[in-house]
Amino acid sequence: MKFDTSGLESAAPVWGAPSELVDGFSAAPSFEVPNTTDFDGFQKEAIQMVKPAKGTTTLAFIFKEGVIVAADSRASMGGYISSQSVKKIIEINPYMLGTMAGGAADCQFWHRNLGIKCRLHELANKRRISVTGASKLLANILYSYRGMGLSVGTMIAGWDETGPGLYYVDSEGGRLKGMRFSVGSGSPYAYGVLDNGYRYDMSVEEAAELARRAIYHATFRDGASGGVASVYFVGPSGWKKLSGDDVGELHYQYYPVMPSTVEQEMVEAAGA
Amino acid sequence: MARYDRAITVFSPDGHLFQVEYALEAVRKGNAAVGVRGTDIVVLGVEKKSAAKLQDSRSVRKIVSLDDHVALACAGLKADARVLINRARIECQSHRLTVEDPVTVEYITRYIAGLQQKYTQSGGVRPFGLSTLIIGFDPYTDVPSLYHTDPSGTFSAWKANATGRNSNSMREYLEKNYKETSGQETVKLAIRALLEVVESGGKNIEVAVMTKVHGLRQLEEAEIDAIVAEIEAEKAAAEAAKKAPAAPKET
Repeated sequence: MKFDTSGLESAAPVWGAPSELVDGFSAAPSFEVPNTTDFDGFQKEAIQMVKPAKGTTTLAFIFKEGVIVAADSRASMGGYISSQSVKKIIEINPYMLGTMAGGAADCQFWHRNLGIKCRLHELANKRRISVTGASKLLANILYSYRGMGLSVGTMIAGWDETGPGLYYVDSEGGRLKGMRFSVGSGSPYAYGVLDNGYRYDMSVEEAAELARRAIYHATFRDGASGGVASVYFVGPSGWKKLSGDDVGELHYQYYPVMPSTVEQEMVEAAGA
Repeated sequence: MARYDRAITVFSPDGHLFQVEYALEAVRKGNAAVGVRGTDIVVLGVEKKSAAKLQDSRSVRKIVSLDDHVALACAGLKADARVLINRARIECQSHRLTVEDPVTVEYITRYIAGLQQKYTQSGGVRPFGLSTLIIGFDPYTDVPSLYHTDPSGTFSAWKANATGRNSNSMREYLEKNYKETSGQETVKLAIRALLEVVESGGKNIEVAVMTKVHGLRQLEEAEIDAIVAEIEAEKAAAEAAKKAPAAPKET
């Protein structure tokens, strides 16, 4: 976002070639307004139609050793499960991760775009971009598309010079710094487990197990979440995938079937 | 509009950009400016041409701050300088807004140099007629920096540099006498270089000092006079020391 500097521009027009790579993405887009009697109402309806419900569970939290990022892998279209193996944790660069909630295409595209911007920043400034800066770049882009139907609820997690960083960024243009976040339709269930079990001084294994359990419980109760619970850890040397467990198998790990005593056993009837 | 897209800066047959070179001439006629980098301090010194009696000299500050941790001095067209400084100040704040971090000295130098270059490759405009000396400390480090830009848009980092009137003599002096210094020694070195080409005295020089802890500080006239007096005393002592061994030979 640039200040309005028009008052300070010199009068002579400068016909320099605009940079397509940067201007194409950062210029605020617009489209023609349709003819309706009630444009505001029409706009609200259009957004409701375009915005898919954020059917997912993602979470991330900062603790003593770094950042844990975890997500499920189910994609749903209404009541139809379209995929059980969606990658909802996006690798922006070797030390930064983004999570996907909302429109899959929107999240994937804009995270890749953010990766491009981060790399260009590194090349120009000879040092890595901070998590603060990266999340702000994304938030500014999403703000400029506000009201046009993008659906993105993402967390940017990473490790920079100042240590671990975690930001929540969404398509309304909001950006929040925090220690614990969960995003998606399964987030209330995940928060319940996460907030209950969270301690700052956990080991990496303890933190990963907490994240895994939180995702599992969300997939148990929320129909729009399921598939595989992936857990990533971001530390001083970058991110590392710790585990990817099928939540069905996790269920029987946490709640193994107890053989129960039977009083009578049914015997197969001999003959007809 | 057709009148405005006639380019002013075009190549000559032997590969020169005359407008840029003429801009460098304008710089060479501007006031002398010097910058010296120490281990924990950076100093800028600028020649102050004698002020008219009725002029309020406080309104003619030649060393300006771009942000809390970056300052700039320039030689050349002062009106062009104002435009460039305003754009740089906006960019410093814009950077703070978009990445929540102050600019590094290299970043803002690159921005200013980029701006100067843009005006050598556009229609209907002339290059900025000034060279700048930019000093500062990068955020989160204690490392001081000194950079120099010129009308062509090139920039580089320096341990010590001079620009403007008689910059060659100042640079020669610095090349001969530069060594790693800190604190007051760096200030003295900068003033000594400036005194090579400027009439001595506190009212002819403007000096500003930047440290990590205190940021930019403009030196008072009295302070400068005191340092100049110290320098003159040192020079006199050195002259006397040179003559003294010869004295016994004389009879």
